[in-house]
Amino acid sequence: MSTQTLIYLFVGLSFALYIGIAIWSRAGSTSDFYVAGGGVNPVVNGMATAADWMSAASFISMAGIIAFSGYDGSVYLMGWTGGYVLLALLLAPYLRKFGQFTVPDFIGTRYYSRTARVVAVICLIFISFTYIAGQMRGVGIVFSRFLDVPIDTGVIAGMAIVFVYAVLGGMKGVTYTQVAQYCVLIFAYMVPAFFISFLVTGNPVPQLGLGSTVADGSGQYVLERLDATLVDLGFGPYTAGTKSTLDVFCITLALMVGTAGLPHVIVRFFTVPKASDARRSAGWALLFIALLYTTAPAVGAFARLNFVETINETEYTDAPEWFTNWEDNDLIAWVEKDGDGLMQYRAGEAFDGPPVFGEGQGASGERNVTNRWNDDTDNELYVDRDIMVLANPEIANLPGWVIALVAAGGLAAALSTAAGLLLVISSAVSHDLLKKTWRPDISEKGELLAARLAASAAVLVAGYLGIYPPGWVAEVVAFAFGLAAASLFPAIVMGIFSKRMNREGAIAGMVIGLIFTFTYIAYFKFVDPGTNDVAHWWFGISPEGIGVIGMVLNFLVAVAISSVTKGPPLDVRALVDAIRIPRGAGAASEH
Amino acid sequence: MDETEQHRERVEAEPERSGEDNAAAYWRANLRLVGILLAIWFAVSFGAGILLRDWLDRVHIGGYPLGFWFAQQGSIYVFLILIAVYVRQMRRIERRFDVDD
Repeated sequence: MSTQTLIYLFVGLSFALYIGIAIWSRAGSTSDFYVAGGGVNPVVNGMATAADWMSAASFISMAGIIAFSGYDGSVYLMGWTGGYVLLALLLAPYLRKFGQFTVPDFIGTRYYSRTARVVAVICLIFISFTYIAGQMRGVGIVFSRFLDVPIDTGVIAGMAIVFVYAVLGGMKGVTYTQVAQYCVLIFAYMVPAFFISFLVTGNPVPQLGLGSTVADGSGQYVLERLDATLVDLGFGPYTAGTKSTLDVFCITLALMVGTAGLPHVIVRFFTVPKASDARRSAGWALLFIALLYTTAPAVGAFARLNFVETINETEYTDAPEWFTNWEDNDLIAWVEKDGDGLMQYRAGEAFDGPPVFGEGQGASGERNVTNRWNDDTDNELYVDRDIMVLANPEIANLPGWVIALVAAGGLAAALSTAAGLLLVISSAVSHDLLKKTWRPDISEKGELLAARLAASAAVLVAGYLGIYPPGWVAEVVAFAFGLAAASLFPAIVMGIFSKRMNREGAIAGMVIGLIFTFTYIAYFKFVDPGTNDVAHWWFGISPEGIGVIGMVLNFLVAVAISSVTKGPPLDVRALVDAIRIPRGAGAASEH
Repeated sequence: MDETEQHRERVEAEPERSGEDNAAAYWRANLRLVGILLAIWFAVSFGAGILLRDWLDRVHIGGYPLGFWFAQQGSIYVFLILIAVYVRQMRRIERRFDVDD
């Protein structure tokens, strides 16, 4: 069977599976829709959380980012896993014991304030839409590369699938669909990783392969070889990194705290039967995530090494097929600078910006690039970082079914995260804004209908953002984490661990944290992007890491204000006492 | 029966304290455990993986410089162990203070 037929088959089968699950697990009540009835097994929930959390960015982009940034890529590895320790120890069991439906629910109730609830809803919606636009774009890209359809068609197909299981099934449908998606995506990630690790090092386990010797009899370790090769070409050593220690520290912390503050992750811990299950579930989630996250740095390093060794100083006419395939997709470009027909890969940007392809072909048959050349470097190649995972099976000459599997896995990763985000948006609108703020007398049936309508509207907005991606999408990913770190996380933690924390302190803290973080990022990303470099950052902290300072400000302001204002009322103190004790988390419906 | 087990028996055999004290003691035990685990969390990631990286990189395990290993692999394994220990120890603490769910 041809690779293309296999791709259609694998993607078609996985979609049929998701839709089948969605029909089987339809939501019948608001509790089903928001928290899957609260009866999800902790292992199952861990798997669903892993799929929910690992997006197109984790599956497609992360290994590529690590491949090109070496040690600096560690911020993502530690940041996106370390957050689960914070979740398990500081948030999950208490929020489960609290036992309501959404994150703004907790903040609104704990701080006895409609304002606090609305501030939380605003943070949540902003964070979630930022994220979801990227997911839908990811769906479009995977579709267009593997199914050979325009990106827009891909986005619409993705919207249709998500619509079926998020709108119909709510959290209940999404949970069980995500379990299937986790299985697809992890299998799809591990199979090529095993192959590549085996080809490069002779050890099929990527986590061990990265620390092994290259299997060419030289006795050189993979990382040593990579360091030496890159230094020869004018790059820094792979294991050294270029960011300042303080910046690496801040970005890692911002990503950790941001992960623990992301509403679509937190809400998953509302779905298990007991408070103790929420702790266990966070552990399972991290285990399932760690499988991919400990593999990614190996995939990144092997891919970089393979790339340099097969492409550098190779004649364009001898380039492997995958090279020209990705060139046709605008993600690889070569400009001939010295007329020798060989492709030189060196440090520096070959030309200004991403490639703009013109008419016709160059002397060796390459696509003409119209960008202005950069004369400071001999580098002749442009490589988009996102191709690393997708191109890996082709780079290593793996069989067609592996390529088909990776296509299905990439779609599973993007769709599962999109569905999780759609749900938190729709429940924030129908539950927090409609039921708890504007229309408290709405019936359960009416609320469920509103939740479905909100989810449908969110799908449409997400699809629109995927088809017409506004320039800011890529720019504001730091916003999602920074804002979650600077606003939601401190408010929730203080709500649990400080009985003295009151409405005035929490709202002031959230607002200050938000405004500070927002202003700093917006200044460097939009107002004056030309100054977005180490020399202009405060203490050398990049916009990606500034959420940490926002978080510290939030804590300080909240403590200061709450110490000079009236303490929280007695029933709120009793609520805090109650959520600290696991016993009596409330009955859960059986599944 | 060794000494620690005898001690535990005694603690478990103690008559139930008043609800208020019991909840406060449970919370203190919880905070202590969380404090210790977060200290380790900080030490392996921010300590070994970032602040002390250059120093640790002089040691190699196989092909891994040690600091680089902590940053890209080791800290993730430790995070997993931390949550596992927390789940186990909290179960014990809850039973000891009779607040388990």
